[in-house]
Amino acid sequence: MFQNLPLFPEKASTIAYRVDALFYFLTAVAVFFAALIFILIVVFAVKYRRRSATEKGAPIEGNIALEILWTVVPLGITMVMFGWGALVYVDMFDPPSNALEIDVVAKQWMWKMQHREGQSEINELHVPVGRPVQLMMTSEDVIHSFFVPAFRIKMDVLPGRYTTLWFQPTKAGEYHLFCAEFCGTQHSGMLGRVIVMEPAEYQGWLDGGATGMSMEQAGAQLFQRLGCGVCHRPDGAGQGPSLVGIFGRPVKLEGGGAVTADEAYIRRSILEPHAQVVAGYKPVMPTFKGLVSEDGILQIIAYLKSLQKEGPQAQR
Amino acid sequence: MSDVITVRAHQFDDLEQQHEASWIGMWIFLATEVMFFGGMFTGYAFYRAAYPQAFAAASNRLDVWLGAINTAVLISSSFTMALAVHGAETGRRKALIRFLLLTIVLGAVFLGIKFFEYHSKFEEHLVPGHSFQFEGLLARPAEIFFSFYFAMTGMHALHMVIGIGLLAVMVVKARRGRFSTGYFTPVELTGLYWHFVDIVWIFLFPLLYLVGRHL
Amino acid sequence: MNAQRREHYLNVNYGVRSWLLTTDHKRIAWLYLVSVTFFFFVGGFFATLIRLELLTPQGDLVQAETYNKLFTMHGVTMVFFFLIPSIPAVLGNFLIPMMIGARDLAFPKLNLASWYIFIIGGLFTLAATAAGGVDTGWTFYTPYSSIYSNTHVALTVVGIFVTGFSSILTGLNFIVTIHKMRAPGLTWFRLPLFVWAHYATSIIFVLGTPVLAITLALVGLERIFGLGIFDPARGGDPVLFQHLFWFYSHPAVYIMILPSMGIVSELIACFSRKRIFGYAFVAFASLGIAIIGFLVWGHHMFVSGQSVHAGLVFSLLSFLVAIPSAIKVFNWTATLYKGSVSYDAPMLYSLGFIGVFTIGGLTGLFLATLGFDVHVTDTYFVVAHFHYIMVGGAVMGYLGGIHFWWPKMTGRLYPEILARLAALIVFLGFNLTFFPQFVLGFLGMPRRYHAYPPEFQVLNVMSSAGASILAVGYVLPLVYLIWSLRYGAVAGRNPWGARGLEWETDSPPPTHNFDTTPRVTESAYAYEKEPEEIYHFGATAHV
Repeated sequence: MFQNLPLFPEKASTIAYRVDALFYFLTAVAVFFAALIFILIVVFAVKYRRRSATEKGAPIEGNIALEILWTVVPLGITMVMFGWGALVYVDMFDPPSNALEIDVVAKQWMWKMQHREGQSEINELHVPVGRPVQLMMTSEDVIHSFFVPAFRIKMDVLPGRYTTLWFQPTKAGEYHLFCAEFCGTQHSGMLGRVIVMEPAEYQGWLDGGATGMSMEQAGAQLFQRLGCGVCHRPDGAGQGPSLVGIFGRPVKLEGGGAVTADEAYIRRSILEPHAQVVAGYKPVMPTFKGLVSEDGILQIIAYLKSLQKEGPQAQR
Repeated sequence: MSDVITVRAHQFDDLEQQHEASWIGMWIFLATEVMFFGGMFTGYAFYRAAYPQAFAAASNRLDVWLGAINTAVLISSSFTMALAVHGAETGRRKALIRFLLLTIVLGAVFLGIKFFEYHSKFEEHLVPGHSFQFEGLLARPAEIFFSFYFAMTGMHALHMVIGIGLLAVMVVKARRGRFSTGYFTPVELTGLYWHFVDIVWIFLFPLLYLVGRHL
Repeated sequence: MNAQRREHYLNVNYGVRSWLLTTDHKRIAWLYLVSVTFFFFVGGFFATLIRLELLTPQGDLVQAETYNKLFTMHGVTMVFFFLIPSIPAVLGNFLIPMMIGARDLAFPKLNLASWYIFIIGGLFTLAATAAGGVDTGWTFYTPYSSIYSNTHVALTVVGIFVTGFSSILTGLNFIVTIHKMRAPGLTWFRLPLFVWAHYATSIIFVLGTPVLAITLALVGLERIFGLGIFDPARGGDPVLFQHLFWFYSHPAVYIMILPSMGIVSELIACFSRKRIFGYAFVAFASLGIAIIGFLVWGHHMFVSGQSVHAGLVFSLLSFLVAIPSAIKVFNWTATLYKGSVSYDAPMLYSLGFIGVFTIGGLTGLFLATLGFDVHVTDTYFVVAHFHYIMVGGAVMGYLGGIHFWWPKMTGRLYPEILARLAALIVFLGFNLTFFPQFVLGFLGMPRRYHAYPPEFQVLNVMSSAGASILAVGYVLPLVYLIWSLRYGAVAGRNPWGARGLEWETDSPPPTHNFDTTPRVTESAYAYEKEPEEIYHFGATAHV
């Protein structure tokens, strides 16, 4: 019977063990207090049951010491819960720098995954065991939520914004991927599988399914096709700033202020070029809204990230 | 004494209790109004921080002179409203009615100018939706600005319309001699409401019309 | 029976007009009672279909689109048209003036207007249901609600917007009444805790509801007129909607539970024949919940893309709001100590409330814990948690209150054995329905799923089985309470031997509640004294 009645979800990521340890602590506290209250109610209700129609209760108004006790003790316990929960949460959203980066685009009602090496998959995500994986996610329409119960992680996927999530699988196998934010008619059909493979096997899968072009290459091609390089020349002599080495660095803005050139800034600069113009340049760039898809923007971002590694530091 | 008894509702012990209850009720109602407009002001502040240039550019498309005239009209109407309450307080029925009517006229002038402004925004294709047109690349956040412009001034205008309705009721009641120096709570409360609606506009005018002026 | 017919609020006049144009708070309470009972069974009907669909993993009973409408209409009906008005508008309306020795609320006409506004809002929502329904979930998240959904969002939103004003006016009426209409000698710290709870609830009504109103109005304007406030395609931020929505809708949870806590305080004291333990702490806990409750909305959004720092702050504040609830539970339990405890039906509901609310509250701590919430948010764990608070807590308290004051409202007693049986059935059915959902959520079953992986079936079948038991527990009181209107034993003024001004007048009470204004010289729940030592009526007081 119990094979049909699971009580614990599988644990398949490093964070899952920490979340479950937290769960055991929370459950222990909850069981203790629930049992305390239930037992007291039953004992009092039986022991002090009314024995005659005219009987009255004892004239007790309260007890300050008790009130302080049952204010301070729960406060202390909840602060432990807060601290412990906060530690796990902060780590959950702080990816290690060596993570394998994969992009996710959600739309009604499917998941599109793009590997840096060029593979793209629908409703399936292949990852190697033992290596941290970071997802960069956006949506083409409504809000979705990326949820893998076996990894104990979840993050909303928003239109017009990037959210990130990371996990490190610990066990090879297949795990449910659910959309957890209601997204329309086929919400419950927006399912996927996360397939965790041994590293060698994963390498084989990467090689087998290669499309011939990595995301950087696709991004470079798009960069060329859209004519971005005409203004954004690598030597900085064009009408726009050089984009070499720009990713992740602070950029001074026209009219004061600065912003880090992260994914969100690059996306916004492509779609709303006049919102945050780099200091020293004129707002002459046209918008590329409608000319480039969310997938395409992610490819361009991947390409710009790759420009970090090589080339001269063409900073103004 | 007889007129005093007729205005005391059965659930109250005396007129003073009734008067205080009405005042507390009105202030609580105004607190709900603050929260109501507060929701929109929060949204406005959020987007203005996100799109300062677009908001400035869009704001420049509003007619600051019409806005300023309307501000003057509304402040004058607050003044006439205060005079109406004073008239009721001192038992001068004619003055009460005259100033109530004047307040209605000023309110109507405000709405007339507002209607003219809406009309010209419609002709300039500045009403959000399919026909929205805004030159330059800031069009999309500018559309958000105009969404707030219409939502906020529209809600304000709706409050003005309700206020004018209340004033009209007060005029009718005053004509029928329902108020006395001992009982004019409805006039006072209508005045309170009218002043509140004015104050909302005092916030709306700079936030909507003057954003672009200092950039 | 007396040969001479005694006049009271029910028989003072007859006919539909005398009810639809009444300004008597007691009759308006009945108008609400009938309306919210109707909406409760409408919402219950949707719930029944949901539980039937979830018996099997495949989506085989209804289409996915229909299922989405079912859970949306279930949520909208239950939250806005049953839970929020239920206790305040029915029992609060009936009891607050009597508990404070007043002849009526401060603004009786406004009170009637509130009911009409409620009905108009209800009609809009029913019209939306009849026209084909709405499928956004009761949370109306943008941009799905404002752009993508093809269902009757605007009509539903208008209904909720209109109904909101009914809540605002009710809250306003209560606050003014509690401030200005208390009988001589009835100081704040002599007030029954039911009144304190309603005062706290009214603060939320008055300050929270307008924000929901404007938020939904903006969604409606975006849908109808194409305004762009939350639309990401125009640079809008859908997460702003979530902030504004939860700013009201989290405090709304306290609108539902605080009045129920007020009832439980009355009932525990009465059926233990004892003062409530730590009166001032329980009273201030209500206010504390109402105030801190406004600062915790972001805990619905730990995975929404808000910053990690915001998550930390909202988590911390959410733990703080749990403390006043814990204080209440401990004080109720301590009240039983050395009491004279009887097991009448209202008491069974109260004891059930404490048990169920304890579980609901403790699982709330799970959800406030950041690292754990990420896993279970948007799963059945959340569904189970809030049903423990709203159904286990609010509805059980409501039923306890209805049973407790039924003799006062109608002058009749219901069959006690059946009532105890119903309380037991509700308790068992409720736990069987919703406890398995905690496990489902921890296993990872997302909420709002029409079809689900087969490994979740056993727990879902348990839940559906529990729901069928729960349904019996809800229909049974409907039957015997209606029966008692005609055939129940005559109740008398104070069948429970309770303290409180409402028990010092006839059952049913006269239209003006009291012939003379009472004077109060003792704090609430003075069960060690006789009523004559507490409440003093003038010379013309009825004998």
